[in-house]
Amino acid sequence: MEFLNTNLPYILAGISVGGQYALISIGYTMVYGILRLINFAHGDIFMVAGFAMVYLSATMPLFISVPFTIIITVLLGFVVERVAYKPLRSAPRMSIMISAIGVSYFLQNCAWYITSGLAKQYPKIPWISDSVSIGTATTKIVTVITPILTFVLVIALVLLIKYTKIGMAMRAMAKDFETSQLMGVKINSVISFTFIIGSFLAAIGSLLYFTNYTTVTPVAGAMPGLKAFVAAVFGGIGSIPGAVIGAFIIGICENIIKGLGWTTFSDAFTFALLIIILVAKPTGLFGEKSTDKV
Amino acid sequence: MNEKNRNLNGVITPQNKINIFNSVISFVRKNWIGFALIAALFAIIFILEQILPASSMLFVVLKKGAIYALVAVSMNLLNGFTGLFSLGQAGFMLIGSYTYAIFTIPLEARDAVYQYFDGGIINFTVPVPVALIMAGLAAAIFAYLIGLPVLRLKSDYLAIATLGFAEIIRAVFQWDKLGPVTNGSNLLKRFPSFTSTLYPFFVSGICITIIVLLINSSYGRAFKAIRDDEIAAEAMGINLAKHKQLSFTISSFFAGVGGALLAMYQTTVQAAAFKSAMTYEILLIVVIGGIGSVTGSILSSFLFIASSEWWLRFLDDETYIGSFKVPLLASGFRKVVFSIIIMIVVLFYRQGIMGAREISIDAILRFFRKLFAKDNREEAA
Repeated sequence: MEFLNTNLPYILAGISVGGQYALISIGYTMVYGILRLINFAHGDIFMVAGFAMVYLSATMPLFISVPFTIIITVLLGFVVERVAYKPLRSAPRMSIMISAIGVSYFLQNCAWYITSGLAKQYPKIPWISDSVSIGTATTKIVTVITPILTFVLVIALVLLIKYTKIGMAMRAMAKDFETSQLMGVKINSVISFTFIIGSFLAAIGSLLYFTNYTTVTPVAGAMPGLKAFVAAVFGGIGSIPGAVIGAFIIGICENIIKGLGWTTFSDAFTFALLIIILVAKPTGLFGEKSTDKV
Repeated sequence: MNEKNRNLNGVITPQNKINIFNSVISFVRKNWIGFALIAALFAIIFILEQILPASSMLFVVLKKGAIYALVAVSMNLLNGFTGLFSLGQAGFMLIGSYTYAIFTIPLEARDAVYQYFDGGIINFTVPVPVALIMAGLAAAIFAYLIGLPVLRLKSDYLAIATLGFAEIIRAVFQWDKLGPVTNGSNLLKRFPSFTSTLYPFFVSGICITIIVLLINSSYGRAFKAIRDDEIAAEAMGINLAKHKQLSFTISSFFAGVGGALLAMYQTTVQAAAFKSAMTYEILLIVVIGGIGSVTGSILSSFLFIASSEWWLRFLDDETYIGSFKVPLLASGFRKVVFSIIIMIVVLFYRQGIMGAREISIDAILRFFRKLFAKDNREEAA
C-alpha cells in the first residue's frame, strides 16, 4: 500500500502512456500480421499527426482542426503504403523494410525542414488538459480518458475484424496471403484499409500523447514508435489484444522505473524486455505458433 | 598454389619459402596497376593538402567519407555478404569510440575532462594504434556476447533486437554510476586526433583490405552460402552458428575501429550522438552502393558524405536571383531533397549503384579495350 501511495503518480502516468502506446502498436501489429513488415515509418506518421495538429489549430477552431488532423494522418498512411510499399510487394522482405526506413528518414527530414528543427508547443485541448486529483496524485484528465478511449476503440476494432466482411478478408490475408488472393480478396484495398485504421489510431494516440507531453519535435515519433513495436512483439505480433496488454505493461513498467530514479534506463528496459521475450518466447504472450520468426 | 608449395605433411620447407616469395613478387607484378593507383591516390591527397587550405570542404568529405566507407563496408559484410540484417552498427561504433577516447586522453587532461568524477579511475594511456585495436576488440567482445542470444533470430527480428541492443548500450554509457570510466553523459575530449587526410585513408584502407581478403577466403564463401540458402549451406557442412557469430564479431570489430576514427575526426565523443538514425544512414549508404558490393559501399559513402555535407549545401541557403527569392530553399531543404533521392534509389534502382558487382582494374581495362576495339572496327568500316 505504501508502495502504491508513493508511486501512484507514476502508475497513473504509466497507464496513460500505455494506452497511447497501445493505439500506436495496433498499427504495427496489424501491418505486420498482413504484410510481415515492420513499418518503421509508423512512429513518424504519429509525429506528423502531432505537427498537423500544431499547425491546423493555429488557424482553425478545435472542432475543425481535430478531424482535419485525423484526415491528414490517414491520408498520409494511405499514400505512404501506395508509394513506398506497394511497388515492392514481390520484392524480398528486406527491401520493403529498407523502404520503410527510407520513408521514416524522409518524414523526419520534412518535419525538420518545415519546423526548422524547433520544438513546437502542442495546443491545449480544453477539458482534457485540465487537472484532476486521484487519491494523492494530481494529473490531467487525459490520463483518465486514455485507457477508457483505448478500450472503446480496441473493442470496436475487434468487432470490426470479427464481424465485417473486410475484417474477415484481413484475417484471411494474415493466415495465408496468396490463397486469399486466389479466393478473390482484393489485397490492395484490404492493405490500404489496414494502413488507414493504423494511421487513424496513431492520430488519436498522438492527440492524447502530445496533450500529455506538450512539445512536438521532428524525432518525437521515433521512441514511442519503437516502444509500441516492442509492445506488439511482446504481446505476440499479429494479435490485437496482445499488443494492447503489452503496451500497458511497457508503459507502466517504464514509469515505475522512472519513479525509482533510473530514468537513464527507462528506454533500455523496453529493449531488454524485447530481447528477453524474443529469446525466451518469440511468439509473444498471445501470438499464434509460427515457424518463420526464429 | 598453396597446395603445390607444401610437402606431404603440409609443412612449409625452405624451398617453398622461396616459392612463396616468388609468388608474392608475381602477385605484385600482376596487380601493379592497383598498387600504382593506390600510391597515386595517396600522392594526390598529399599534394592537395599542400596546395589547398586545410579548411577546404574537400578534406572534410574525404576524411568523413573514408571513415563512413569503413563502417559501411563492415555493415555490408554482415548485411550483404552474410545475409544477417543487423541494425546495431551505431552501438558498436559507440563502444569503439569510447574505448579509444577513454584510453588515450592524456593524463594531464584527465582532471579537466572528468571534472565531475575526480579525474576518472583510469590512470594510464596507451599509444594510438594500440587504442585503435582495443576499440575494435572491445566492440568485438560485446558483439560476441550479444550474438550468443540474438543470432538465433532471423531477418526483421534480428534487426529489431540488434537495434534494441544499440539503444541499451547507449543508455549504459550515459549512466552516471559509470561516470568515472565513461564520464556519464558529458563529452569526452582532448584525446589525440589526426590532422592529415592520409590517416583515415590509411587505417580504413588496411581494414577494408582485410575485409576483402576475408570475403574472398573460404570463410567468405561460407558467408555467401549462408546468405543464399541457410539450409543448403548447413547441408554442405557449414556450421551456421559459428559462421554467423564470426561474421557478426568481425563486422563489429571494424565498426568499432570506424567509431574510433570518427571520434578522432570529431575530436569529441558523446554517447547521445550514436542514435539509431546513424545506423539508418549507414544502412542507406550500403543500399545506395549496392548490397553485396564492397566498392559500391566505398563509392556511395563518399557520394553520400559529399552530397550531404558539400554539394547540396546550396539548398540550405536562401538565394536571391536579382530581387526574386528562389522558393523552397531554406535550412533543412537539403535533407529533404536528399531523402527523396534515397527513396528513388530504394524504389526504382533496388540494386543501388553497383548491385553485387565490384569495380576491378581488370574490368576497367577490359571495358577500355573493348571501346578501342570497337573504334578500330568502325574506322576500318
